[in-house]
Amino acid sequence: MAITKKDVEHVATLARLALSEEETKLYTEQMGKILAYVEKLSTLDTKNVEPTTCAVSPSGIFRTDVIKPSLSQNDILRNAPEKAKGCFKVPRIIE
Amino acid sequence: MELYNLTIHELHEKLKKKEITSLELTEVFLKRIDAVDGKIKAYITVTKEDAMKQAMEADKRISSGKDITPLTGVPISVKDIFCTKGILTTCASKILNNFVPPYDATVIKKLKEAGAVILGKNNMDEFAMGSSTENSAFFVTKNPWDTERVPGGSSGGSAASVSAGECAGSIGTDTGGSIRQPASCCGVVGLKPTYGRVSRYGMIAFASSLDQAGPMTKDVLDCAIMLNTMAGYDPQDSTSIDAPVPDYTKVLTKDMKGLKIGIPKEYFIKGLDSDVEKAVKEAIEVLKKQGVSVVDVSLPHTDYAIAVYYLVATAEASSNLARYDGVKYGSRAKDSKNLMDMYCKTRDEGFGSEVKRRIMLGAYSLSAGYYDAYYKKASQVRTLIKRDFEEAFKKCDVILTPTAPTPAFKIGEKTADPLTMYLSDIFTISCNLAGIPGLSLPCGFTKGNLPIGLQILGKPLDEETVLKTAYAYEQATDWHKKRPKLN
Repeated sequence: MAITKKDVEHVATLARLALSEEETKLYTEQMGKILAYVEKLSTLDTKNVEPTTCAVSPSGIFRTDVIKPSLSQNDILRNAPEKAKGCFKVPRIIE
Repeated sequence: MELYNLTIHELHEKLKKKEITSLELTEVFLKRIDAVDGKIKAYITVTKEDAMKQAMEADKRISSGKDITPLTGVPISVKDIFCTKGILTTCASKILNNFVPPYDATVIKKLKEAGAVILGKNNMDEFAMGSSTENSAFFVTKNPWDTERVPGGSSGGSAASVSAGECAGSIGTDTGGSIRQPASCCGVVGLKPTYGRVSRYGMIAFASSLDQAGPMTKDVLDCAIMLNTMAGYDPQDSTSIDAPVPDYTKVLTKDMKGLKIGIPKEYFIKGLDSDVEKAVKEAIEVLKKQGVSVVDVSLPHTDYAIAVYYLVATAEASSNLARYDGVKYGSRAKDSKNLMDMYCKTRDEGFGSEVKRRIMLGAYSLSAGYYDAYYKKASQVRTLIKRDFEEAFKKCDVILTPTAPTPAFKIGEKTADPLTMYLSDIFTISCNLAGIPGLSLPCGFTKGNLPIGLQILGKPLDEETVLKTAYAYEQATDWHKKRPKLN
């Protein structure tokens, strides 16, 4: 399963990364090497093995839905690159 | 010995006996930072004024005689991955170069409540992705034992600051060895607790099923002291474990009779530095003299750990780092045509090369058509690795290994090939995948006078036996008393 430049471009779009031509080339090569290395996993038989997604997994943690004080709107907006009227401001979405 | 070279427990005694005030002590450390940090570069931010204020508060607490903890008035540093209210928190990334958190991470809150004085924020690999601190967006931290070498990573700034006497102790995070490997490189003690033992709330996420915070200190008792404060259930972190926290300092006795130590053959392999191998084998002999018995164990899936890790950790990272979108906090690229363009440019400009590589790898292994072959397969092999430890721990109480296959390497030596860099974590990664606790402590020096680390792995939530074993070894040796000469 060799990774192509086209695959890398597709994944870059999924990951929202505007990679330069140079980066795309570099990552195609480096990801190819890394993926070739992880290929060793395919030599293991894992047919009836349950996956572990969390080592010490406390599954199904619930809490009661109680309203508690949270950070203020000002505190939250303080780090925003751009804000207006108590909201985050972003570039135009609909052309 | 200079005050800045003393341990937390030694400084605590001096503070308690009123031989020195916390403010004086804080000034000693700030002066030390002024004197050596130009060379070591362990700090991204030094919070001089806040530290002095905290020290004055601590002095009031000490003179009142009430509610004094072993950390009250003791100056420490913290990795720049922990959110600190009102203080710049960058994660060593350009994308967070202006981020000032509105809240404290739970561990920061706990340390502050204990009365610790925070001197500043330590350098690290960007988003904790790396093994050398060379991936910091700002600068490279130098190893205090040899400034041409890396301090290890990702908690390299924390390790170097402890080793160079720029703080009494520090805290780091460990996703695949990021506390233990730099501890080994810099000749300090570093503990990655059981997954869930310490709250992750307010700790900037890299790989959520592996990340864990822990202490980095000058000796084992200090490590136990810091863990006492850091550990415990936190309702803000649903993966934190709701189990009682013992007093970890109580178990530090030299009585090792009946303890069984497992030695896994898979960790003594080709490529292991001969000085490292010799030091670890000698450490085993030291512990034998203390009355422990030694058994051979096997961790047959060790060779697959790095492959599993670089699929699991990158998949989680690609998801966790989706939040950096130039909208809510952090930097934003200028002159974007539209929202999509802004996202893509912000992220390309804001993330460094290693971070982008890992996001790409993670997004690829999670993407349609590849999920089963990569992410799912890796998660299944993770189960096999976890089972290896469960089997091994039927025969022994702790497992002893080298922390890293080599001592600290030269700056620039491994940056060209990511895979070579990844392999430096070969002995530390399995521990995170299995969720068990692991500690590194100094066990000697190479012929070139570089520190060597001994790793002690324990059963889930059995930090006590890990610390006890480390303490028994430490008390029989004097490696932990060595300090680098910085001129």
